[in-house]
Amino acid sequence: MEITILAFGIAKDIFGRAWIKVKLAEAATTADLKSHLETQYPRLKKLASYMVAVNNEYAEDDGILTVHDEVAIIPPVSGG
Amino acid sequence: MQTQIEIHSELLNIQQCIDWVMSPDSGGIDVFIGTVRNATKGRTVLKLEFEAYKPMAIKEMQKISELVFERWPVQKVLIHHRTGTLQVAEIPVIIAVSAKHRDAAFEACRYIIDTLKQTVPIWKKEFFEDGEVWVAAHP
Repeated sequence: MEITILAFGIAKDIFGRAWIKVKLAEAATTADLKSHLETQYPRLKKLASYMVAVNNEYAEDDGILTVHDEVAIIPPVSGG
Repeated sequence: MQTQIEIHSELLNIQQCIDWVMSPDSGGIDVFIGTVRNATKGRTVLKLEFEAYKPMAIKEMQKISELVFERWPVQKVLIHHRTGTLQVAEIPVIIAVSAKHRDAAFEACRYIIDTLKQTVPIWKKEFFEDGEVWVAAHP
């Protein structure tokens, strides 16, 4: 399946754009997505941390992704 | 239980925020106003840029507000956050809380800004004379 991944903050700099498309196996998990992205974009591993958000909620590593989800990479937040 | 949560690209209005949380049965209002500081670790800051994942940021701020109402006897909670480019001394965030008694207002306001900085998907980039940095991105 192909999923669109939104990127914010430094993740946008790392991807070079505000969103990318990623091909994953059916029933892939958040952890699968992270390892896929880290292979393709090793700079992600240098971040203090980063989270994946699915449908506007922070996602657990074992959460299963579908093509209908809105998926975003959330690097360390720094609002306020 | 009333909450007003907004993310704007225009100037935040302090007086409007205070007016919104004020009510006749309140005994006090606590307000936190974040401002852009002119230096970080001795380096001169020229400006900041704020970016938000707006729908999720609103949702996370709503969660904070809900928790505040569960935990403290407060009356109104307001959180306004700016996005876009901000110059030194401009205001990226205003939090205002009204309550019958001041303890609840102080504690809730403190909790909101502390939690916002940890959970709300908003990012700040600092611009220096010799470069730019996404705050907190790297260890």
